[in-house]
Amino acid sequence: MSTVDDTTTGGNGFVGQAIKRKEDRPLITGRGNYVDNMQLPGMQWMAVVRSPVAHAAITSIDTAAAKQRPGVVAVYTADDLAGSGIAETGIPMFWAPPGVEIKTPVHFPLARGEVKFAGQAVAVVIGGDRYSVVDAVEDVFVEYDEKPVVIDPEAALQDGSPLVHEDFGTNKTHDWSIDGGDADGALAEADVVVERRIVNHRISGAPIEPRSTIADPRGDELTIYSTTQIPHILRFALSGILGMPEDKLRVVAPHVGGGFGAKLQVYGEEILVAAAARKLGRPVKWTESRTEHMATSHHGRDQINHVKIGATSDGKITALKLHTIADVGAYFQILTPFIPELGFPVANGCYDIPNVKLDFTCVFTNKFATDAIRGAGRPEITHFLEVMMDQLAAALGVDPVEIRRRNFIAADAFPYETALGINYDSGNYQGTLDKLLTHVDMQAFRQEQEQMRAQGKYRGIGLSTYVEVCGLAPSRAVGPQGVGLQAAFWESAVVRVTPSGSAIVFSGASPHGQGLDTSYAQIAADRLGIDVQNVEVLHGDTNQGPFGWGTYGSRSLAVGGEAIARAANKVQDKAKRICAALLEAAPEDIELVDGKFQVKGSPDKSMTMAEISGAAHIPPNELPADFEPGLDETSFYDPENFVFPFGAHACVVDVDAESGKVDIVRWVAVDDCGPAINPMLIDGQVHGGITHGIGQALFEQIVYDENGQLVTGTFVDYALPTAAELPSYETDRQETRSPVNQLGVKGVGEAGTIAASPAVVNAVIDALRPLGVDYIDMPLTPLRVWETIQAAQGPGDGAPLTEQGAELDEHGRGSAGSGPTAPEEGGAA
Amino acid sequence: MSGTVRVRVDVNGETRENEVEPRLLLVHYLRDVLGLTGTHVGCDTTNCGACTVHLNGESVKSCTVLAAQADGAEVKTIEGMSQNGELHPLQQAFHDNHGLQCGYCTPGMIMAAADLLQRNPNPSEEEVRHGLEGNLCRCTGYHNIVKSVLDAAGKTQGVSA
Repeated sequence: MSTVDDTTTGGNGFVGQAIKRKEDRPLITGRGNYVDNMQLPGMQWMAVVRSPVAHAAITSIDTAAAKQRPGVVAVYTADDLAGSGIAETGIPMFWAPPGVEIKTPVHFPLARGEVKFAGQAVAVVIGGDRYSVVDAVEDVFVEYDEKPVVIDPEAALQDGSPLVHEDFGTNKTHDWSIDGGDADGALAEADVVVERRIVNHRISGAPIEPRSTIADPRGDELTIYSTTQIPHILRFALSGILGMPEDKLRVVAPHVGGGFGAKLQVYGEEILVAAAARKLGRPVKWTESRTEHMATSHHGRDQINHVKIGATSDGKITALKLHTIADVGAYFQILTPFIPELGFPVANGCYDIPNVKLDFTCVFTNKFATDAIRGAGRPEITHFLEVMMDQLAAALGVDPVEIRRRNFIAADAFPYETALGINYDSGNYQGTLDKLLTHVDMQAFRQEQEQMRAQGKYRGIGLSTYVEVCGLAPSRAVGPQGVGLQAAFWESAVVRVTPSGSAIVFSGASPHGQGLDTSYAQIAADRLGIDVQNVEVLHGDTNQGPFGWGTYGSRSLAVGGEAIARAANKVQDKAKRICAALLEAAPEDIELVDGKFQVKGSPDKSMTMAEISGAAHIPPNELPADFEPGLDETSFYDPENFVFPFGAHACVVDVDAESGKVDIVRWVAVDDCGPAINPMLIDGQVHGGITHGIGQALFEQIVYDENGQLVTGTFVDYALPTAAELPSYETDRQETRSPVNQLGVKGVGEAGTIAASPAVVNAVIDALRPLGVDYIDMPLTPLRVWETIQAAQGPGDGAPLTEQGAELDEHGRGSAGSGPTAPEEGGAA
Repeated sequence: MSGTVRVRVDVNGETRENEVEPRLLLVHYLRDVLGLTGTHVGCDTTNCGACTVHLNGESVKSCTVLAAQADGAEVKTIEGMSQNGELHPLQQAFHDNHGLQCGYCTPGMIMAAADLLQRNPNPSEEEVRHGLEGNLCRCTGYHNIVKSVLDAAGKTQGVSA
């Protein structure tokens, strides 16, 4: 295994160690500083009046009764907030791809004249306490003239469909395509073509901390405390929306209780709290209920993927063709129309596929917006590709391990340019699969599987060998002249050594659970030659440190951590110059060894960082007259490329064919995110990521009924995985350096999620093949699995379900071939 | 809502007495009235367990208990778990085993685990998993939470939970 390049570290060797987290103490003692924990003097509460219907004209709003209620200080509709900046400007959307017109509706924080999804904000009530404002919401009377609703994205594309935005004359937001090689030609010549319609359903981010925002106006200044992953972007956006100069706005993300993308956003409620606080001249807080979260914190996924894979008879893939229909909801949030396409750089996965064509069609429906949720585009791409690998293997009668080996990009082929012109930085896909197979004895598994089948028990194994793209992002690739995001994605860092020799690190990233306070401190401590416990990491406050782009897209180590390494190197260089002057040596002869700056060959002549920093702050006469005091350096790091973590996961399931219940009995993960800064934190990210993917595969689904009513509005209906439904995970790592950054690191926050869902689906299909099941869409609820088994067994012919002869007639067979869960016609040619 | 009721509650060993609305939830009494914000709210429907506290020694979800129902009772919250600056074995175990990430579910998870270990001082992994079924975590996948509780098991006897 390689280790971190330590040529610029001080040999303290904190990097690579499983250092326990610096951030834990307040969190385990009940002293976390989450937004809803804060109460400010004179603070008022806000509650939101929301549309109960999915599509309607608003014919009247009567706020009189609500205003009469004790404790209520104001009720605002869109008209009431005219002139505060927000009635004129919608919620921003940051994607403008060159040459593509995206139909972009103006998305006001409060509805103006019409509503287009259930839960849309219509008015806000401000009052003295948490309960009275919720009471007053019930006394705002809104009359709606209902309009036809469209929920199904395929129906929404049909002529005559109800229109979400009548002005556009269509529900299609845009088409976006990319190709490399000649996919159609290669498909025509392929020996075998496998085709599937694969649904990747809508899910919620569902951090356990609901969203919360406080706005605190003082004079012409406004401080916003918000549950956000992007404090600096939020300040920039609010500045434009509110018409306030950025210097008068401060945004603070204190402790944030998980994000998973759901807090990578500029939300209407953040704007409304700010506007209300300014209008009232006192602090205002809003905290969402869980039902508000499920209805109005953005969702993810919601794609229908029509996939074709062509291959030679010996299993070498020659072509991949995709048409994605993405249901983006009624309005855009900041990245809504971009997320379905975001996975395109890894469309060919770990595989050498010479011909690739991807077409995306995004569609309005009367639902809340989709946007980035953990993985954001890569889980969808990886899901269908890894499921299709097993489909291809089955079509050819080849083992799923073997089909992958035949198509892997070779370990010596990096840097590797894909058919779409993407440059994979480094990889060794055979390596992670080989390592996985040292933990999972496939031959023994198949024997066990056979024995269990003989007893009527259905055990299956599913593989996922993924590669993902993260470290967002090289600004030239994704910015206005690249993919078209109206933003850049470098990161900032400040490393400041105090006069007594401890350090404060500021990052423009905004961690919210990942443990980066600890890994950042490890990176800085090694380069400064001080103890990791003497490094304080600060982030999440726009009044501290320079502008930064926040935490998402598995970027905070590969981009944010690299910025810290570079700033710390600058400090180290200056420390060496000071040390050289004081020890009468040349700067290039000073080396940092075991926490001491010493003269090469004369270890007795040395200084500690505390001594050097003391001299930097109270300069002795030995330093040159033009010496610039202080020990405080800034770095802005814009990566030259993305990074491409990868790995191999195996999932073993038992399926109860009589109830359809799926139990995950084993999970083995071998991930490669480059050299570990802190292996304990990597494992933690992998555990959580896998669980998010399992959640989607087995339990979680955002469901709207045909009227556009959200059916899954609480955790009663939206099923997050619990401890009781999961195994402990077996994790292992491989370390392949990235050449993109000096740390050699890649990201790991989303990898588990990206890897997980296809492994579950492949395992369930593997388990149920003896029953004729060859495909199934997520979520694999007992009902869906049971219905799929029934459909595969054919209409009620009384045939025994299991080899033991257990019949399931009493469960109501005969649902085959209809309903949403019936498997699609297999396309194996 | 008219009228108030007087509640007298022993919270972490201190007697607290307040006039509250009859409908005030215990979790909001702790957070908004007493300023004990370590007890969190995550779901409003008694699913997530972020609000778990001990009421007369047993874990309850304080979003489903009225403050008025706690009148005369003893309540222990996460703030009462460490004694004289010394972490409770469960708090130490969560730190030692990376049993938390964002930390939002953690107080409820620790309070639920403390009750579990009180009833079953040496649980199996499966018993821990089933014992924590009522507490949701979105970050850790429960792997290190389960490890933390198993690590703390056997170390909690004689420690007031």
